[in-house]
Amino acid sequence: MKKWLNIKNNLAAPLFMVFLIAAWELITTTMAVPEYILPSPSVIAIALNENFSLLVEHSRITIVAVLGGAILAMTLALVLALAMDRWRILKQAFYPILVVSQSVPIFALAPLLLIWFGAGLLPKVLIVALVCFFPLAVNLVEGFSQVDPETIDLMHTMQADRWLIMRSVQLPSAMPYFFTGLKIAATYSVMGAIIGEWLAARAGLGIYMLRAMHSFRTSHLFAAIIVVVFLSLALFKLVEAIRWLAMPWQRKTTENLKE
Amino acid sequence: MNKQLKLKLEGISATYSTGEKILPVLDNVSLSVDTGEFVSVLGPSGSGKSTLLKIAAGLLKPERGKILVDGRNMTGLSRLVGYMPQQDLLFPWKTMRQNAALPLISAKLDKKETKARIEELLPVFGLQGFGEYYPDQLSGGMRQRGALMRTMLIESDLLLLDEPFAALDALTRQNLQEWLLKIWGHFRRSVLFITHSIDEAIYLSDRVYVITERPGKNAFEQIIDIPRPRSKSVTITPPFSHYKKLLLEALADNTAAGTK
Ligand SMILES: Nc1ncnc2c1ncn2[C@@H]1O[C@H](COP(=O)(O)OP(=O)(O)OP(=O)(O)O)[C@@H](O)[C@H]1O
Ligand SMILES: [Mg+2]
Repeated sequence: MKKWLNIKNNLAAPLFMVFLIAAWELITTTMAVPEYILPSPSVIAIALNENFSLLVEHSRITIVAVLGGAILAMTLALVLALAMDRWRILKQAFYPILVVSQSVPIFALAPLLLIWFGAGLLPKVLIVALVCFFPLAVNLVEGFSQVDPETIDLMHTMQADRWLIMRSVQLPSAMPYFFTGLKIAATYSVMGAIIGEWLAARAGLGIYMLRAMHSFRTSHLFAAIIVVVFLSLALFKLVEAIRWLAMPWQRKTTENLKE
Repeated sequence: MNKQLKLKLEGISATYSTGEKILPVLDNVSLSVDTGEFVSVLGPSGSGKSTLLKIAAGLLKPERGKILVDGRNMTGLSRLVGYMPQQDLLFPWKTMRQNAALPLISAKLDKKETKARIEELLPVFGLQGFGEYYPDQLSGGMRQRGALMRTMLIESDLLLLDEPFAALDALTRQNLQEWLLKIWGHFRRSVLFITHSIDEAIYLSDRVYVITERPGKNAFEQIIDIPRPRSKSVTITPPFSHYKKLLLEALADNTAAGTK
């Protein structure tokens, strides 16, 4: 019984989606909405299909920027959070700046980066790193501050060195916080890359979108949006997969006891 | 027998201050453990026993008093010691095996040897087949045995154990008590043992201290003169009952005085 309800719940969202798309198709065709205003789903599907290899090509470029930026942000956030945890004065000096820096809109900084670094991969990577850095750093700082001091005491009675304490206590206990930050960062990162491409780039999904916009090929724009959504979702799933691999102790083991 | 002092706590006083509030926890407590001696501390809940053990482990600095280890002043200095805290503090992100291996990794023992030692000890602690389990997947008693196993792997000749058997059923408790006595007989590590159980204190110890309700003070000290090795049946012998009566009275007196 429970299971059946679950299936019904799982089907609710897709069914509603199908309904929405059908309604969209119906409205655009019966009311003859101009294609450059709102193309029908079937036209979008055709555009997606025809431009698929081109979209893949541009996506590859965007993905490189996203991954590069995310890795850069993770490295910096980890180093900074560890340093802030180690030296209190650093945290007192830096943490407020970190929080305030978040209110600087990324649009305001992006042109600067372009002036400094030109229109290539680097400014895009930096913009992605910038948007990913904050959620990662803040969550890591929080995670390190939540480490139970008694466990550190216990490690001291074993005369554990700093490195052992870091890898066997601090890093694993901050891991849930890290992944919370990474999930937020993953959703920001694609947006960051596309903003970077809008401002200046030679290729990438953002450029594809600009071109589609300038030539009023709205269906191509929609096709690109679908690809962007797909990329974001895939990235999110990737983070969840990494989390699953990195935190084996959090895997559900009692599932077969339920029901 | 040539008796040497392993651990000496001299006139320990401690207070906790949380915000405005100042809570005196220990008041001029002194105790000692000879080399190879098994000493227990009995006291009502909240009398500062865990605090005393943390001070003995060098994790807390007492307000007043001194800690001597092998005659050297170690007040407030952290050092290698077989300390087992009251909450098991097994790391949830490590399997039982990895948890137990921590002291060996910290001592830089090579991987093969570490593995062999763990393999050898798992069945001794009744954890055979549970090496790959995470603490969240184990029962309270199993976790406690795991934590005890981890503590025993710390290469220190001084053990500080904070109610290590509190979460166990009577039978497991007895088995582990016997096991502890057996290895203690082998290696003659010095033990300072915190417990709530009078029976456990008598069965295991050479000497028992009783401390009063908070703030904990020395109330009573009793040498347990029952020959070793002790079998389970000593618990029903007249000397055992005699000690039990003495300790019960000491505890009752000081609890009553404290509540006044
Ligand atoms: N970190 C702390 N900060 C403030 N007060 C504390 C702290 N730790 C313990 N206390 C207080 O000190 C007193 C003694 O605590 P302690 O844990 O040493 O008692 P105990 O004798 O071990 O008790 P039990 O037998 O219940 O374990 C208690 O009243 C407790 O509330
Ligand atoms: Mg206690």
